[in-house]
Amino acid sequence: MRPIHHLFGIADLDHEQIEYLVNLGHSFIDINRRSLKKAPTLRGKTVINLFFENSTRTRTSFELAGKRLSADVINISASTSATKKGESLIDTGMTLAAMQPHVLVIRHSVSGTCQLLADYLGDTSIVNAGDGAHEHPTQILTDLLTLKQTWNSMEGKVITLVGDITHSRVARSHLLAAKIMGYKLRVVAPKTLLPAEIERYGCEVYNDFDAALPGSDAVYMLRMQTERMTDNCSIPSIREYHEAYGLNRKRLNRAGSDTLVLHPGPMNRGVEIASDVADSVNSHILSQVEHGVAVRMAVLAALCGGDDHDE
Amino acid sequence: MSVSLLIIGGRVIDPANAIDEVCDLWIEDGRIAGVGSFDGIADATIDATGQIVCPGLIDMHVHLREPGQEWKEDIESGSRAAVAGGVTTMCCMPNTGPHIDHAGIARQIIERSNQVGLCNVLPIGAVTKNLDGKELTEMRELSRAGCVAFSDDGMPIWHAGVMRKALEYSSSFDFMIIQHAEEKQLTAGGCINEGWISTQLGVTGMPVEGEDSMIARDIMLARRTRARYHVAHISSQGGVELVRAARAEGLNVTTEAAPHHFALTEEEVLGFNVDAKMSPPLRTEADRLAIIEGLRDGTIEVIATDHAPHHEDDKRCGLSCAAFGITGLETMLAVSLDLVRDDILSMSDLIAKMTSNPASLLRLETGTLNIGAAADITIFDAEAKWTVDRETMVSKGKSTPWHGKEMTGQVKQTLKNGRVVFVEGTIHG
Repeated sequence: MRPIHHLFGIADLDHEQIEYLVNLGHSFIDINRRSLKKAPTLRGKTVINLFFENSTRTRTSFELAGKRLSADVINISASTSATKKGESLIDTGMTLAAMQPHVLVIRHSVSGTCQLLADYLGDTSIVNAGDGAHEHPTQILTDLLTLKQTWNSMEGKVITLVGDITHSRVARSHLLAAKIMGYKLRVVAPKTLLPAEIERYGCEVYNDFDAALPGSDAVYMLRMQTERMTDNCSIPSIREYHEAYGLNRKRLNRAGSDTLVLHPGPMNRGVEIASDVADSVNSHILSQVEHGVAVRMAVLAALCGGDDHDE
Repeated sequence: MSVSLLIIGGRVIDPANAIDEVCDLWIEDGRIAGVGSFDGIADATIDATGQIVCPGLIDMHVHLREPGQEWKEDIESGSRAAVAGGVTTMCCMPNTGPHIDHAGIARQIIERSNQVGLCNVLPIGAVTKNLDGKELTEMRELSRAGCVAFSDDGMPIWHAGVMRKALEYSSSFDFMIIQHAEEKQLTAGGCINEGWISTQLGVTGMPVEGEDSMIARDIMLARRTRARYHVAHISSQGGVELVRAARAEGLNVTTEAAPHHFALTEEEVLGFNVDAKMSPPLRTEADRLAIIEGLRDGTIEVIATDHAPHHEDDKRCGLSCAAFGITGLETMLAVSLDLVRDDILSMSDLIAKMTSNPASLLRLETGTLNIGAAADITIFDAEAKWTVDRETMVSKGKSTPWHGKEMTGQVKQTLKNGRVVFVEGTIHG
């Protein structure tokens, strides 16, 4: 397998690498469930979580992943970072890299931030924890690990992705992963929330949620990212959006009784997803959160794994 | 006969006079004294054997950043970049600080460029005060101060009512309005062309309709007002088609294309390449081919660079945050020569788009080798190879999509008023 030095996005991974990370993640699930949640894998390694956007689950997930593998983990959030004092993103990155961490986990609202920083940060491995509307690779690995618990293979499965596709890095990463791993994606949204030429990913595009549901093996609801919308015209109201694109029990029944429900979080109950679905047996939303820790352990282990000779 | 400077052996191309032959060109008192077969004594001789000798190039669309943003470029550095690119006359856009919206600034820029003495700098006056699209500038006064056309470049004149008045007023005095055609309500937040590339990169796109819709509106207004309307840096297939139709109708509508728009496409941006970010953005292959066809059939009369230098810090950030614009003066000729190599244009037609055509649009006396005209001359080797290196670029702006690329066609000497101001990489200021 090609070694993984950075994880910028699914675009940089091949089938073998994705399988490897998901399987490695699978092997870490048990550690998280034990009473003694610690393995020595990353002893002596330093991981810095540099988050320029608010995040609860992803940051916590990366932090726990590092700590449970015995790495030293530092968290920096935008509110405390030097960028508030006028320092440029690149200088912040170079400053932190000068402290010799092994891994820098970065979340930023600007697409391409990881690629930009990589040119300046020397040997430090970079993990993309979400860049703008571009990619969010660890979320997709998380989803694949979650689905692996129910499905033997992704081959031929149909996942219906619903909501604000335009602003979704999760959607883009899934669209790339679908091609590599052989599953089918349907994307569902009003045209105001679909980016140009989305069909060129090879997905099926629907404006009518109900028409997309039959035959869906999983329904993946995306959060309405109102904070990224530059106008107030993308949807007329939450009420109408929920009516047209919200997932409730009645809708889910159109897909099938064993259709899985996923959501990358945070959920807006009553907007994209109704509680009767979010809390149902079909919902694997909390499993996604649990597997997120395991997958991020796998990613950190894979990135740090190559240079163990000095210990 | 005795002259001050003789250029021998070159292929002399003067589109305005339909000259394209290997012959001599001689200069006396800084002016063209003759083209043909010279018989006499010259104080100095330039051997241009194997090279092309043509009128000094005109770039009617540059940003010189002075006054106000001299860390990005100034009149001197821009003039040096110009002559290194074979350009002896350039028109600078009014989005300086202060803007070129009153005569004093126009005079100051001309005076400064005369001090530098390398390249004619002809200001483009603002259409509206502060470029804010509300009140017209004193165009007659600006014209008397040396402005050769009017534009709010960088900012479109978005208000249809103001645009109508601007066209009516300017055409009352036979002035030309140059429009940066962009409907900002459609392009808000965008940083590259909207389409498959912007979708893959997860950045907000600028739909091509932003350009097309404003050109369409402006052409309707130009039809009503019979004004002289020029579309700056046309980048779209739809825009080219609109201009072609307007010209067929007999309207006084013209346009220019920038080398990057006929040489490159939006694919260049993949990998978040900030050196391929400009406005209007690089578009699709269909758009690129439409611009080439427009150049071929004469819809697009002018090649102009939209030379938009920025400081490195303005580009050292993510694609969506980086400044719009690239440096263009030093690569204009080499990139444009592809149009000859690809049999789109004859050498003479290509040179016309960088000399006599902009000169006649702007009513300039340069851009020809007329006897008695100022001896502004560019001598270039159409076959010479060189590699673009941002570190050795003359302009303060180092952002270029051609960094590291091999170019064919190199400026060997640039003459201003009969004086050699650039020769083989060295500028004589």
